[in-house]
Amino acid sequence: MTTPLTPVESKDASFGVKLYLGTSMAVLLLMMLVGGLMRAAQAGWLDIPADVFYQLMTAHGAGMVGIAGLAGAGIMWHFLGRYVQLSAAVLYINYGLFLAGVVLILGAIFWGGYAGGWTFLWPLPAKSMGLWSAHAAASFIVGLLLIGVGFLIFNLDAGLAITRQYGSVLRGLGMDQLWSGQIQANHPPAVVASSMVIIVNTLGILSGAVVLAVTLANLYFPELVINPLLAKNLIYFFGHVFINATIYMSVIAVYELLPVYAGRPWKVSRPFYAAWAAATVFVMAVYPHHLLLDSVMPAPLLVLGQIVSYLSGIPVLLVTVYGALLLVYRSGIQWKVPALWLMLAMFGWAAGVIPAIVDGTIHVNKVMHNTMWVPGHFHFYLLLGVLPMVIGFGLHITSLHKALNEPLQRAFFFLYFAGASAFSVAFLAGGWASVPRRWAQHWPEWMAYDQAGSLAALVVIVAMLGLVIALIKRLLERPHGTTA
Amino acid sequence: MQSIAVQITVVLLALLTLCFVWVLRRTATPTPLENLAPGAYKLRNRLFALALLCGALIAGFTLLPWPHDAQATQVTRHIDAKARQWAWELSDQTARVGEVIEFRVTSEDVNHGFTLYDDKQQMVAQIQAMPGFVNKVRYQFTTPGVYKVLCLEYCGVAHHGMVADIQVLPAP
Repeated sequence: MTTPLTPVESKDASFGVKLYLGTSMAVLLLMMLVGGLMRAAQAGWLDIPADVFYQLMTAHGAGMVGIAGLAGAGIMWHFLGRYVQLSAAVLYINYGLFLAGVVLILGAIFWGGYAGGWTFLWPLPAKSMGLWSAHAAASFIVGLLLIGVGFLIFNLDAGLAITRQYGSVLRGLGMDQLWSGQIQANHPPAVVASSMVIIVNTLGILSGAVVLAVTLANLYFPELVINPLLAKNLIYFFGHVFINATIYMSVIAVYELLPVYAGRPWKVSRPFYAAWAAATVFVMAVYPHHLLLDSVMPAPLLVLGQIVSYLSGIPVLLVTVYGALLLVYRSGIQWKVPALWLMLAMFGWAAGVIPAIVDGTIHVNKVMHNTMWVPGHFHFYLLLGVLPMVIGFGLHITSLHKALNEPLQRAFFFLYFAGASAFSVAFLAGGWASVPRRWAQHWPEWMAYDQAGSLAALVVIVAMLGLVIALIKRLLERPHGTTA
Repeated sequence: MQSIAVQITVVLLALLTLCFVWVLRRTATPTPLENLAPGAYKLRNRLFALALLCGALIAGFTLLPWPHDAQATQVTRHIDAKARQWAWELSDQTARVGEVIEFRVTSEDVNHGFTLYDDKQQMVAQIQAMPGFVNKVRYQFTTPGVYKVLCLEYCGVAHHGMVADIQVLPAP
């Protein structure tokens, strides 16, 4: 039996959330174009000089990671704000710092020629061999720091709001209920997920800030250095946590909206709390799986990286994805387009877990690390996991007052699904063939994989163009009347 | 190893897809969740136990012996590999079939990725090259030919040009 929409489920998004959503969709499309250019260059279809290719690569990486963070933050703020008192001023401050950071980053790359990759792997920002100046690298670093400060303020506001409402962030995560076994059935999953993100992303961003600060100082005072292995650990801890936090923020849309379409609530439970507690620990403890080929690392940390890579799949697959499948199974759900996107997100996230876990095995990592297998797995997560969460959220909130053009939106959906799947599989196939990632110029033997990827990218971009136009048009329209 | 990884991935992806298709073909007829939940949670508990068991077995088989110690006691020779922007400096660029070579890899400047490809362009070994550290990887050549050392850790504008050859001769 379908439960009618309650007033809170039909709440309009605030201007700030719409700003986050619209900006995110537009920037995602732009970054897709940049990515498409890269694939076309690797395919031998475009002649892009190597320095420009690596600038595009740096912009694409930083841009996609940053904008996924912004989109996730918008979703988190929209839903968490139903349960706790959040600050609209903080929402705008984060946005402003984000924009300021973007200006500095783009300036560093396209004016200063900075091409150190989004991972700023120390000491590469300072060692360009004359391709970019210390000022260009500094601009990139300061840009990232500004964006980091914005997200820290955002997390602090959310953390304080949860604390005021529930007593502490750990109580928001449901740790007291997990421990006691006394489950409060109406505790919102959105608060649980937000609490987890606040914990991990604060620690992750602070770790990134340490190495960014040292990198910045080293640019102008070369005698100020950091142990390269420590720097690598801090960078990959930050990077892994931040990009995963974008998924954990965006999945709130699934917890909140899939129930609306399925007519069944998504309730917390002891397994749910256990899964999120585990995810909080795992997302941080797993980061050594980015350092499996640094044999100088302490072996226990590498063992942790492999084992936690496997364990990390359990909360995702057996709680969230399994929960989503159970929610829709024999539910009578009407498969409106937003629900299609949210379900695709569950498939994409689950699918991305598989090649990730496989590559998290040291023996496999030895022959697949830094091949196209790696972008293969994370494009599954991001193109087929996170982005569908954002799109599903966007189409839902913009269809509260004006119905979607379902046939057209279904066409975009299936085009996107096909293109994104083919795009990700082309990467995985390249990894199987030992094609390196992050190479500006590919050998002829590899180009068939790149050409397949480029064609699939075109399909994705066409679908995304249609989606962005439709969504931004709707965001710019005034709602006709209001609902509670 | 790549083929095994791909086969496992394909099988698991196919299983996942089948699960989704099976469920999504059965969403139309509503049934109260309280009727479905007990069976679903029982199945989930079994899947959880299966996942833990598989994980433990895989961890045991793949971590013992320690992968980075593989062939450590069989090393017949060392080759020092020093990376710099943007070239490889190898202490020796020849080897013979049957030798177990331990590559001792470091960097003069930034992080690089020491990656050995056979003459069919398949990756056979890899380790990170870090400034201030020496990482080690061992490989036993089984077929003669010209092997290549590529850089797989992004290191600047000529990253893709950092290639060196190792001539592998037949066993004496």
